[in-house]
Amino acid sequence: MDLTLHVWRQKGPQDIGKLETYKANGVSPDQSFLEMLDEVNDDLIKAGKDPIAFDHDCREGICGMCSQVINGRPHGHQERTTVCQLHMREFNDGDEIFIEPWRARAFPILKDLIVDRTALDVVMQAGGYTSCHTGGVADGNALLIGKPVADYAMDAAECIGCGACVAACPNSSAMLFTSAKVAQLAVLPQGKPEARRRVRAMADAILSEGFGNCTNHYECEAACPKGISVKFIAKLNREYLKSLIPSSMD
Amino acid sequence: MKLVNPSNKRKFKILVVGTGLAGGAAAASLGELGYNVEAFCYQDSPRRAHSIAAQGGINAAKSYPNDGDSIYRLFYDTVKGGDFRAREADVWRLAQVSNNIIDQCVAQGVPFARDYAGYLDNRSFGGAQVSRTFYARGQTGQQLLLGAYSALSRQIKNGQVKMYARREMLDLVVVDGVAKGITCRNLVTGEIESYWGDAVILATGGFVNVFYLSTNAMGCSATAIWKATKKGAYMANPCYTQIHPTCIPQHGDKQSKLTLMSESLRNDGRVWVPKKAEDCDKHPSEIPEEARDYYLERKYPSFGNLAPRDIASRAAKEACDDGRGVGESKRGVFLDFQASIDRLGKSVIEGRYGNLFEMYEKITAEDGYERPMRIYPAPHYSMGGLWVDYQCMSNIPGLFVLGEANFSVHGANRLGASALMQGLADGYFVIPYTIAPYLASLTPGQIKTDHPEFKQSAENVKQEINKMLSIKGKKTVGELHRELGSVMWEDVGMARSEASLKHALKRIPEIREEFWNNVNVTGGAMELNQQLENAWRLADFLEFAEMMTTDALHREESCGGHFRTEHQTDDGEAMRNDEDFCYVGAWEYKGVDKAPELHKEPLNFENVKLAVRSYK
Repeated sequence: MDLTLHVWRQKGPQDIGKLETYKANGVSPDQSFLEMLDEVNDDLIKAGKDPIAFDHDCREGICGMCSQVINGRPHGHQERTTVCQLHMREFNDGDEIFIEPWRARAFPILKDLIVDRTALDVVMQAGGYTSCHTGGVADGNALLIGKPVADYAMDAAECIGCGACVAACPNSSAMLFTSAKVAQLAVLPQGKPEARRRVRAMADAILSEGFGNCTNHYECEAACPKGISVKFIAKLNREYLKSLIPSSMD
Repeated sequence: MKLVNPSNKRKFKILVVGTGLAGGAAAASLGELGYNVEAFCYQDSPRRAHSIAAQGGINAAKSYPNDGDSIYRLFYDTVKGGDFRAREADVWRLAQVSNNIIDQCVAQGVPFARDYAGYLDNRSFGGAQVSRTFYARGQTGQQLLLGAYSALSRQIKNGQVKMYARREMLDLVVVDGVAKGITCRNLVTGEIESYWGDAVILATGGFVNVFYLSTNAMGCSATAIWKATKKGAYMANPCYTQIHPTCIPQHGDKQSKLTLMSESLRNDGRVWVPKKAEDCDKHPSEIPEEARDYYLERKYPSFGNLAPRDIASRAAKEACDDGRGVGESKRGVFLDFQASIDRLGKSVIEGRYGNLFEMYEKITAEDGYERPMRIYPAPHYSMGGLWVDYQCMSNIPGLFVLGEANFSVHGANRLGASALMQGLADGYFVIPYTIAPYLASLTPGQIKTDHPEFKQSAENVKQEINKMLSIKGKKTVGELHRELGSVMWEDVGMARSEASLKHALKRIPEIREEFWNNVNVTGGAMELNQQLENAWRLADFLEFAEMMTTDALHREESCGGHFRTEHQTDDGEAMRNDEDFCYVGAWEYKGVDKAPELHKEPLNFENVKLAVRSYK
């Protein structure tokens, strides 16, 4: 099939970007979206032009590196799919496709479609862990965790940290990302001792890193390639409220 | 072993390159001990290392199912699975700490699968007759890596680890024969940066992207370990590469990478091809039971579909070579779940492997519940790597190597669910102990980046980059990488012969020559330049590939992932030669276009008896 691409090109963080138009001809429906872009890049290189820069690594939907807004939707229109797993059979001959980077104040553009997502790491560093030491821990079966709780934790833990939720949100909120970690650790016995401190520290970090707040649009869940549910945001809010109630242990 | 006094630890600085399971766990654990750690990764965040893609699980000798497992059995299975080409003591240590890893990960909040009573669940995996694999759906590597990442994040917050993301190590700095630092390229600005350390740890993963198409991430490369090799580190057993049996077959010639589907699928899937070549184009449901050849069950009745990876891969290749492959390319075999769906119901299968079926459908547009999946082997893992001693230190003092980047425990073939085990063992429970005696013998911080060796190294790196950028030839980096990959896959892939290896040794220098005369790397040195990154990695593969092929040619035996067609039994099984080749082949680099020098480390087995590896 033959396609027309409108791709965001921006030389560096300080430069002004714009959409450039390219042709992608003879695309096979079995190709992945990124393989299609690889070919466009090969043509650009042969024409002596600068190829399109985009983040990607595992190309199997798990590392969370790929990050493109395709026709206005983070990771494109196919549900529960990262860009790297999106295949060209989802498009039609003659389609025009708009490709842009994640847009959010907390994610400055580095070049073309590549953004800096360090802010997500900073949120994790604020408290996305249990403070256990290496060694000296109890036997894995010393803590009994019923299947429903383990499943709930795993549903939340599937987040790949790509930032599509931020890109989809009109407020550029990182609430879904943060809530997934807060909820996972809040329901597990290993995470409970630090639950109050964690939720507050992580909530502070999302504000200081320049993410917006959540006003329940649920665009995040719709864009999430792993289908992380907004129920975890409700859980985060409950955990946050609980943390505000003074405790004699504080 | 000597220790470093707690108040002295903060005087030392350790560099950790790579933040996957081995590197992430090492950086977190060493930071927690009080060392100053600087960690480096080429991705935008340490959470993205390719350990994340491991699906099936992680082994441990807990024997929770009461099925006869023990540390000895895990040790024995690993030595046997590696076709008796691993170092016994290292494997024993690995088996010993395997249980601690599970406990550690549980403490971090890794949501392993549990049963309704709340106990940890286990599944079985290739090459084992016990259920010793712990798992988190089909995303075990992701969950373990996020555990290590969380521990690392905590140390970054505490100021014990300084994280440098989007950095690629392009040289090892060696001063008077001792590793003292690294030279990196800042992948955003293009700046060439120098970092000093009292010790350098490489945990940079494997090299199977030398085949171009593999299950590795696009950025995985041999660059870090190859730069170390060029500075004198020995490369051990580079010919031992794992071709994983359950990957989605290649489609067309434009494909950029291959996707693995967890080997755990073989627990419930039956592998078959039609008995007759003329049935291959039929819809699988039209091929009656008696016309199907369940070749793994036929050839290996006691292990059946759970035969180890090297054996399962070779059997698939044989079936396709025999003209009985399926799918458009005829390079595929069926993985059929019908019997399990009939026995357990679709919902059970969905619960176990739902995400894998989903992934399969996204890539192939076929429903794996309705018709058998098609699979074919693909390059997946490198058992070989930098030579290390029992302390995980290479022959360059101060250079430590962990995880897939070293050679030590998997011998000639790695068993499923053992890579995660090794990465975390090395990072959490080996290096924190074994680095201490080395550091205790040093005065910390003696050589810093003002030493002339650092300037020299940075200068060399800049020159090489400028050379690549100035060629402005006609071929893209991708085209040349595909050329190298096709030579390596055809000649140094699943079956190797003297003729094919000699052919590769002729072709590799030709492609290298073409690279340095006819590659077109666009853009400049001082900017974010992905073509330059790819070019750099390919340049190193083009040198490394020759050493890998040389190793394969010299090893006149078949063992594990290394199958020489000249050395096989009448029924096509690998024939080892313990008399002449029961050693680690550690190669010393002597210069481009010069033959490397072989050093042999004999393998002595005191606790297992060398035996023909049979899964029949």
